[in-house]
This record gives sequence, structure tokens and C-alpha cells, in this order.
Amino acid sequence: MSATIALALAVPLGVVATPQEDLDTFRAYFEQRFPNTSMDDYVNGIYSIDPTSREEWVAIEEFAPYELNIDNGKALFETPFTNGKSLADCFPNEGIGVRQNYPHYDLERKEVVTLELAINECREANGEKPYKYSKGPIADVSAYMAYTSRGEKIEVEIPNDDALAWYERGRRHFYAKRGQLNLSCADCHVYNAGMYVRADKLSPALGHSSHFPVFRSKWGELGTLHRRYKGCNEQVRAKPFKPQGEEYRALEYFHTYMSNGLEINGPGARK
Amino acid sequence: MSSIKVRAKADGDVVTVKALMKHPMETGQRKDKSGNPIPAHYIQEVVCEHNGNVVMTALWGPSVSKNPYLSFKFTGGAKGDALKISWADNEGKSDSEEATIG
Amino acid sequence: MKSKRRLFLKGATSAGLIGVAVGAGLLKPVRVLAAAWPKTAFDADTTAAAMTEMFGSTEAAESGDIKVKAPDIAENGAVVPVTVETGLSSVESISIITENNPAPLSASFNLASNAEGYVSTRLKMGKSSKVVALVKADGKLYSASKEVKVTIGGCGG
Repeated sequence: MSATIALALAVPLGVVATPQEDLDTFRAYFEQRFPNTSMDDYVNGIYSIDPTSREEWVAIEEFAPYELNIDNGKALFETPFTNGKSLADCFPNEGIGVRQNYPHYDLERKEVVTLELAINECREANGEKPYKYSKGPIADVSAYMAYTSRGEKIEVEIPNDDALAWYERGRRHFYAKRGQLNLSCADCHVYNAGMYVRADKLSPALGHSSHFPVFRSKWGELGTLHRRYKGCNEQVRAKPFKPQGEEYRALEYFHTYMSNGLEINGPGARK
Repeated sequence: MSSIKVRAKADGDVVTVKALMKHPMETGQRKDKSGNPIPAHYIQEVVCEHNGNVVMTALWGPSVSKNPYLSFKFTGGAKGDALKISWADNEGKSDSEEATIG
Repeated sequence: MKSKRRLFLKGATSAGLIGVAVGAGLLKPVRVLAAAWPKTAFDADTTAAAMTEMFGSTEAAESGDIKVKAPDIAENGAVVPVTVETGLSSVESISIITENNPAPLSASFNLASNAEGYVSTRLKMGKSSKVVALVKADGKLYSASKEVKVTIGGCGG
């Protein structure tokens, strides 16, 4: 890894680079690390840099386990609330093909809104109980909405300085070491992407969030991005944050921005 | 909602059938959070019929994966033909789904 | 339909009450019984015992005409894709044995005469093991195998 790139990525505080410059540096780093992987393919995670496990993944994708979740998500999405309205009423384009615009910075509320947060806020606004955020119905509905957006290019926007502050907060989280194992997200998914941690190969952070929610063989079920964030924090023996709390929303904002221009391919299947 | 998703495609004379079934396929070896064993609950038999004739019978034990997948091929089928896939589990539950060869 | 009733009760393992109810004609049998479920074969804890229960023999001729497709290293033992393909003629059944699983017989597929020698499924593997395909063709038993390494056992928990 060239010294210039390492330095640029290591800047923790103070805005030396703009988000677009961050993104360019990010992409350049991975292009150099994995010259045999095309930019489009990064949305396939570890399988974009590891041909061996890719074969097994292709076998699973023949009839992916998350298809059952998409069916259930569609049914949930289309079921009207008690008051007669439905999720379609809360989203642009009736919620179809909008996943790539999340998370987005809400100018009025002055906060980052993720897809899962928006789903639950819609439910609560219409007198329904909110779903739990890690798995179950929230994941199924999110999976259906992601599925309708497959092929759309991720487009996270940072409209003003307040939004930029959220982005910076997420970037700091990503590069900050934490937990008893003293590892940052970047330690595993940037500097050591493609290397082994025990029996697992580390996926590259570029294209990371495109395939969520994800069906993990380890979970034996579908789970959301914040469920994975929680798991990752716990894996380095750090206290996890609340799903859909500010910390993880800020992280998701930065994390997804780093995949801008890549295509949504959720829901996904991973080990 | 049916617990069986079927995709059947005719390519010349060969029909490829792929099915994904929603089922816990519990082995009976696992324990829940309180330490109580989770009873075995798994599909024992899957039958596929083409135009009313049994083409394939799968006999399964609990080591087939959760939400099991199955694929097989046969000749003598054509686009538009009727397929039926049924499963029965060790608790006496069952389900079936009809599909058309595409 | 006396004979169907008897067959059903024979095949009923833990179906219990339902089996009796069906037998008494109180419930319409929804299972299409092409074969009774071979409980002793699935319960067998060694490959040899499973083969004896299933086929009445532990002898199988190794065949280069059977291909077992499975990953060299399974990503997760809970979901290991396994495909068995054979060019042998008159295939009656394809069975898959996961040698080091607590009960090695994982699955068996009975194939009609117009079914191809091809099956694909996903299996749980408790640990690294040989995956053996047993093909019954023209009354004879043939085999082929593939070694699959498992880094994380997939039986759950």
C-alpha cells in the first residue's frame, strides 16, 4: 500500500479531504490491492476477491435462501395497516426501487434516516407497532424493497455541513480502534481485506453495504446491517451500539457513501 | 403461503426442476436457551409428480439443511406440463405445490 | 383400501396418532407413498450400518462415472451444496452419505426411469468428512466420494 494512500486514509480528525476525495482514495486503494477484481464486482463482497468460495456462493445463488424472505417481505409490504394505509404511502414511488437513496440526510429533521428507520416510522405514524431492528419482519420488508432496487446505483448524498458532520462521525467510527482486540473496521476490511482471521477471509469494505439485508449461513436467517454492525463490535469485544441509534446510522451513512456508484444487489447470501 | 417454491425449465428434452422449501429441519440435537432439547422436526419425504406420474422421491434425514433445496432432472416433459411437489415430515405435517414447466 | 392403510402405518415413524387416524379412514392420507421411510437406515450411526439397512450390503464398486461436486472447504457446515451426477444407465437411486456425521445417511433419491442421473441438495456437515455418493444402477451399487473440509461445524447452536 503506497504511503500517500495510507496517510490519506489514516487522517482521523479535521476535514482535510472532501467525501468525494475520500471515495476516490478508497476506490484507488482497493483497485491497487485487488487488480483482478472489476469495480462492479465488489458488491459481491468476499466472492469478488476469492474465486474458491465464489463457486460455493454461486451454487447457493441457484436458489438462494433469501427468496423465501423476499416473498414474505412482499406480503408484509403489501398488507395494509389497520387504518387502511400501507408502506407505499410513506415512500417516494410507493417504495418500489428506492433503496439506493438510503440512508439519506433529512434536512428538516437534521438527521440521517436509514431505510429500516423509515419503515418503522411509517408504521408508527399509522398506529402500528414498530418492528425489532435486527431480524424478522424488518429484514424481510427491507429485503423486498432492496430486491425491487436491484441494479440501481447507490447514491448517498451529503447536502450540507450538518450532513457532513454525520458523515465525518461515521468515518471516525470506521477508522477508530475499539474493543479489547483494539481493531477498527478498517483494520479488517481495508488494511487486511483478503487476509484470514482464523478460518474466515476478510471482505473488502468497498461494496460492503450493497447486499443488505443479508442471509448469513451462520445465522441461518436474514439479518440487517445494524445486526451485523453489532456482531462485528462484539467480535472485537467492544460494547455494541443500539441498532438504528445515531452511532450506527452515522456509520451506515459513511459506509454506504463509500459504495456510491455501485449497484444495489440485496438481499444477499453470505457464510 | 406455500412453503414450496418451484422452478422448472425445459431445455430440449430435459426438464430441470429446482425447489426450495421452508422448513426448520431440526435435528433434535440442539438445545434451546434454557437447555431444553429442541425436538426433531424434519422433512422425511419429497415427491415430485409429472402429469400425475411420480418422477422422483427424496427420502431425507435431519442432516439436510434448513430450508432445504433440491434439484433433479427428467426427460419426457415439455413446457406447459403440470408438476406437483409434495413433502411430508416426521410430525405428520405436509404441503404441496403445483407448478408449470416453463 | 386395506393395502394402502397397512403401508402407511408401516412407514409412519413418529406420525403416531395421525397414522392411526389415517389408518382408520378418518383422515385422507396426503402423503403419496412411493416408498416407506427407511428409519433404521437413517438412524444408523456408521456408514456400514447405513448401507446394510438401506441396500442389504456394504459392497459398492467405485465408479469413475459418478461425479460428486462439493466444495473443497465448506464455508459453513450448515449449508453445504452437494451435487451428484452420473452417466451410468438404469439409475434407480442416488444416496448421499456424510461419513463423519452422527448419522451418516443424509439423503436418498429414488429416480423413475425417465429421471436423469442427477441430484443436487444442501447438507449439514458436523465436521470435515468424506461425502460418499452411492448409485444403484441396474441392481448394482456403485460409489464415488469427495473430501470436504469443514471449518465451522454446521449442526446449529
